[in-house]
Amino acid sequence: MCTVCGCGAGEGAPAAQHQAGLHEGDDPHRHSHAPGVSERRRVQVEQDILSKNDRFAAQNRARFEAQSLFVLNLVSSPGSGKTSLLTRTIERLGGRMPLAVIEGDQQTDNDAEKIRATGVPAVQINTGKGCHLDAHRVGHALEQLEPLPGGVLFIENVGNLVCPAAFDLGEAHKVVILSVTEGEDKPLKYPDMFHAADLMLLNKIDLLPYVDFDLQRCIEYARRINPEIQVVQLSARDGTGMDEWVHWLEAARSERIRQRIGALQAQARALQALLGEEAI
Amino acid sequence: MHEMSIAEGIVQLLEEQAVSQHFQRVKTLWLELGPLALVETEALRFCFEAVARHTLAEGARLEIVELPGEARCLDCNARVAVTTRYSACPGCGSYRLQLLRGDELRIKELEVE
Repeated sequence: MCTVCGCGAGEGAPAAQHQAGLHEGDDPHRHSHAPGVSERRRVQVEQDILSKNDRFAAQNRARFEAQSLFVLNLVSSPGSGKTSLLTRTIERLGGRMPLAVIEGDQQTDNDAEKIRATGVPAVQINTGKGCHLDAHRVGHALEQLEPLPGGVLFIENVGNLVCPAAFDLGEAHKVVILSVTEGEDKPLKYPDMFHAADLMLLNKIDLLPYVDFDLQRCIEYARRINPEIQVVQLSARDGTGMDEWVHWLEAARSERIRQRIGALQAQARALQALLGEEAI
Repeated sequence: MHEMSIAEGIVQLLEEQAVSQHFQRVKTLWLELGPLALVETEALRFCFEAVARHTLAEGARLEIVELPGEARCLDCNARVAVTTRYSACPGCGSYRLQLLRGDELRIKELEVE
């Protein structure tokens, strides 16, 4: 360890300092301060704290784009029926496009097992003490999946309506699932998640006759938080509303592909212009 | 709950900054925090102190600069102050507010040596 400033590899201070040449040369203390003298100064940083996650998310997004993979980040509280909804969704989409799932849970491989039973590849991420998936871990999970050109990847986040809202994974959309056995005021209680989501799936509506859940009020609360949020009411159990959800998914995927085509065409035109050619 | 990850993110950014801006210790850091940044200030202080131990930021003072939240009402077009995601427009009562600022979570400045 450097006895002057306390830095050194393995001591918690950045080992990269040594590679960056701060300790280069014969004298290990050529860097900015003399022994016993501290030079305090201010440095401007202006950096978003989540920028590191956002960089990984941008890398994921570029990988998804390169293989025209449509990615949804499914978020909810525990017990909303995410995994059942996924297995039923997979049954409906199966054979039409390649599918894969990344499962996030604090512990166990149970959910990935349920998905694999449908014949679709699934990677389980155990976050251990962590309460959310981050873009870095998702990037490593991707390495375990075969490429899925033109496919759909579902990322089932850790059951938690708070933290996953803050972490972009590179997905096309966050989809929040709320079941009618929960309180209709959840959009107000956990506003950040409903603000971050583009679609709210109201699940378990087959149980509406047995619970005091005010559907219209729930939707009104969600729109207070996010005026643009779309809503589909469904029951993964009896199949009500599943067609509408699958239709939303296919339409959103098509829209994404169209955007990609537009971007590639613009790129092609720019390249043709370099050759002095007319656009096709 | 995710304040621990955020604290870890702060220390990683400080380590990157130490390389690019050539410093060894962080004595003070100023964080800019909007009211909608999804961060509980006291939890963040607690986590930062724990995560910073044995790093270049051990014992660093955390100064939190609270920024205001501001939104535009999509119905009456007024610019209004907001502190929550479920605020209504004080002018017309609409909930259709588009956030302009207030979700910042940024390291602004450091005092280093």
